[in-house]
Amino acid sequence: MQKNLLLKTGIIVAFLLICVYGMLGPKLFSGAGFKAALLDRIHLGLDLKGGTHLILQVMVNEAVGAQSDHATEILKDELQKAKVNYADVGKLDNQPEKIVIKGVSLDASSTVRGIVSDRLPEYDVAAGPENSWILTMKPQQLADLKDRTLEQSIEAIRTRVDTLGVSEPLIQKNGLGDNQILVQLPGVDDPGRVKEIIQSTARLELREALDHGQSYPTEAAALQAHQGILPPNTVVMPSKPRRGEQEGGFIIVSRIPVVSGTDISGAEPDKKPDTNEPIVDFYLTAAAGKKFATFTAAHSEGSADPSNLAIVLDNRVITAPSIKSQISDRGNIEGGFTEESAKDLAMLLRSGALPASLHYLTERTVGPSLGADSIKAGVKAAIAGMTAVLIFMLIYYRGAGVNADLALILNLVILLGFMGFSGAVLTLPGIAGVILTIGMGVDSNVLIFERIREERRNGKGAGAAVDQGFDKAWTTILDTHVTTLVSAAILVAVGVGPVRGFGVTLIIGLLANLFTAVFVSRVIFDAVLSRKGRGEALSI
Amino acid sequence: MEFFRNTNIDFLGKKWYFLSFSLIFSVAGILSMLFWHGVPLGVDFRGGTLVYVKFVNTPNLPAIRADLDKAGLHNAVIQSLEAGSNEVVIKLDLKETSEADLSKGKNQIINALETNPIPGKENINNSDRIGFTAVRDALLAADPLHAEPAEYERQARRVLDFRDKEHSGVIKSMDDLKGVVPDAVLNALKQAFYTSDFGVRSADIVGPQVGGQLKQQATLAVLFSLIAMLVYLWFRFEMIYGVAAVVAVFHDTLITVGAFSLTNQEITLTVIAAILTLVGYSMNDTIVVFDRIRENVKLMRRESLAEIVNKSINQTLSRTILTSGLTFLTVLSLYLFGGEVLHGFSFALVVGIIIGTYSSIAVAAPMLVAYTEWRSKSSGRGAIPLPTQGAKGKVRVKV
Repeated sequence: MQKNLLLKTGIIVAFLLICVYGMLGPKLFSGAGFKAALLDRIHLGLDLKGGTHLILQVMVNEAVGAQSDHATEILKDELQKAKVNYADVGKLDNQPEKIVIKGVSLDASSTVRGIVSDRLPEYDVAAGPENSWILTMKPQQLADLKDRTLEQSIEAIRTRVDTLGVSEPLIQKNGLGDNQILVQLPGVDDPGRVKEIIQSTARLELREALDHGQSYPTEAAALQAHQGILPPNTVVMPSKPRRGEQEGGFIIVSRIPVVSGTDISGAEPDKKPDTNEPIVDFYLTAAAGKKFATFTAAHSEGSADPSNLAIVLDNRVITAPSIKSQISDRGNIEGGFTEESAKDLAMLLRSGALPASLHYLTERTVGPSLGADSIKAGVKAAIAGMTAVLIFMLIYYRGAGVNADLALILNLVILLGFMGFSGAVLTLPGIAGVILTIGMGVDSNVLIFERIREERRNGKGAGAAVDQGFDKAWTTILDTHVTTLVSAAILVAVGVGPVRGFGVTLIIGLLANLFTAVFVSRVIFDAVLSRKGRGEALSI
Repeated sequence: MEFFRNTNIDFLGKKWYFLSFSLIFSVAGILSMLFWHGVPLGVDFRGGTLVYVKFVNTPNLPAIRADLDKAGLHNAVIQSLEAGSNEVVIKLDLKETSEADLSKGKNQIINALETNPIPGKENINNSDRIGFTAVRDALLAADPLHAEPAEYERQARRVLDFRDKEHSGVIKSMDDLKGVVPDAVLNALKQAFYTSDFGVRSADIVGPQVGGQLKQQATLAVLFSLIAMLVYLWFRFEMIYGVAAVVAVFHDTLITVGAFSLTNQEITLTVIAAILTLVGYSMNDTIVVFDRIRENVKLMRRESLAEIVNKSINQTLSRTILTSGLTFLTVLSLYLFGGEVLHGFSFALVVGIIIGTYSSIAVAAPMLVAYTEWRSKSSGRGAIPLPTQGAKGKVRVKV
């Protein structure tokens, strides 16, 4: 018995020391203050630290559309090579995974099927109404493409956030909705700027600018210049205002880009040699370079079909210069940049364009001052609640109250120690979880003590009463803990952000409580009894 | 010290009082949800914009309203928070929160409140844009001390600690920084920054899509936990025990949500967390009583179930009151000191703990007895649904 007790005490002390280390960490020995050591170990959630929590929707259909545009180009090429006449080829606007070929004679059907199965195996083809063919992206390919788009977006955001030097960012798929990304930036300094940088698609595209890059004041004017009908395969895009202008105009550009964002291999800020104006240089991949060379050769000044080049950034035409001569794998953008904005743009182009644009669905920003105040309030509430409970237990149970108080304090140390070891994040609801654990933790002690008192009233000796009390209360304690654990686990499983933090602290607190109230408290009772002799009075 | 010793209160005899008490509160809550305040959902679930603003002086609500009106925000709701905190919360509904440009409403609010911006300078109280980086960069550019960058980082940190940790995010005037930083630094800061008379403490903007998803998720979370508990109790006791406990917990949830509706307080995500906690807590309480009933059923073979239940409630009464009282104390300290962010959370727990304690005595236990009496009448057998023990395994672990 005595030896057993020593062993148990040893286990408890060892455990306690481990938890204290977990709570305060290596700084414990460096002589830094208690507070500094604690703050170093316990990770604060963004509701305490300040920061921003964002949910973004990735417009995956844009990536699907881009893929279909690419396929459309290939189709046109192949149809021309095979000398098949067609009226029009293009994707459906509301179903970008479908491409329609219109006006193909019936006898070309085997040719069309052959082209699709050879060159576009990711599409299924079926005959549509009125001599048309409909290509539909295969479901598996479509799902893969959407997944890939989401992954790429997450990667691009991560690169950008890392360049900005935000510490401990959380960037991941948001489980709640389709194609959503959750971004948490605790302690972020200037959330406004970070938000803009995350969202800027930085999708650079080079397109053909029709009408020699002519800028029209309104969309209607652009249409009117072509008698109300745009040339086939073109769209009207807004343009950035030129220097000295208030508003930008509208330019007619080719529907399908010659070079798109994924074809950029590098970018750097630079200065124009003659005017010293900030510009951004960009480089293309080899494959895109070849394509670009063919295009610029065909449309350069003095060629048979001279035309302008539209440099489009995030669906806005930045400039539309004429093409002086053939260009292959490099170019630059003059867009009236400042040094800062040229630097930002180059960084964005380098870090990779987003494969599709992003929309913010949720934005929660906690200012640093509110976080600081919340910590103060939370700690104050925790201390007030804890003190009240500790004092009450002492008064109500006297000797046994010390026992319960020790168990409670140990409970808190275990909880914080675990948080230190696991790197779990403490949120404001998490602090509430700690406080609740104190209240509920006391329940196990109360159950046991009341039971012991009852046994004493029934005439049992101190030792027997303690034995019986623990024994009978155990079933109840187990049942109550399991049910509360169940609801806490569900909170962790489906909860978001701060609520999850609450669930985590509640679970750890409950487990710690099982240990302290049942095991530790028992050892203390045994120790007291073994000193006094089992028949004597028990202070409870 | 002991409060309750050998009490012998006939709880079951008062079941009609209990029933009418529960009915009054449940029905009042339901009526309020249906015809009065509805279920006041917070911005988490409903979507919309919520901006907490702290002013230097006591905010003048009509003036704020006029400013917002001028900016075209006619439906903005403005509420002041605690007296003396100089804080208001401004709410925009979904119509004024566009999903295409989510922060538009927030920016409109900030611009409307910013009555005298100084061109060429930044507002140092605008924590959305001005943080450590901005202050440090401004100092580095001006270089008032001809010192190492590390020195300016220290100065910038000092300025921001002054703003965020000591003055809740709003600096009244640049001159307040006198003594906090050297005069040369202060002058450099004055060149770059000015102070507005307000600062944004936090902003929540939720589009309709996410709000809807969260609503579904929260409902599922509550339902799942009820089902999981039902299954656990069925396994450990008997079906009817599980059903009685779940009905009691449902009763608690209903009354708590009703209390939010009656007082027109918003149900946010953290309130849902509180409700789930209360589900666990109330279940706790019920199980303690049920456990005692199970024990007594074995010991008291001759008494009727009603007598056994009464005895069990009385035996556990001391523990029930103590635990609830102590938990109530901690929750109360949360409610009083926990700050504005936790107000709804602690309110739910304050209500929930009272109701949860009440319901295990006044709802779960009487329901158990009523069911048994009904069953023995209809089947002619007087059998009590003995919670089986051996087969389903009583967990006995020696400690």
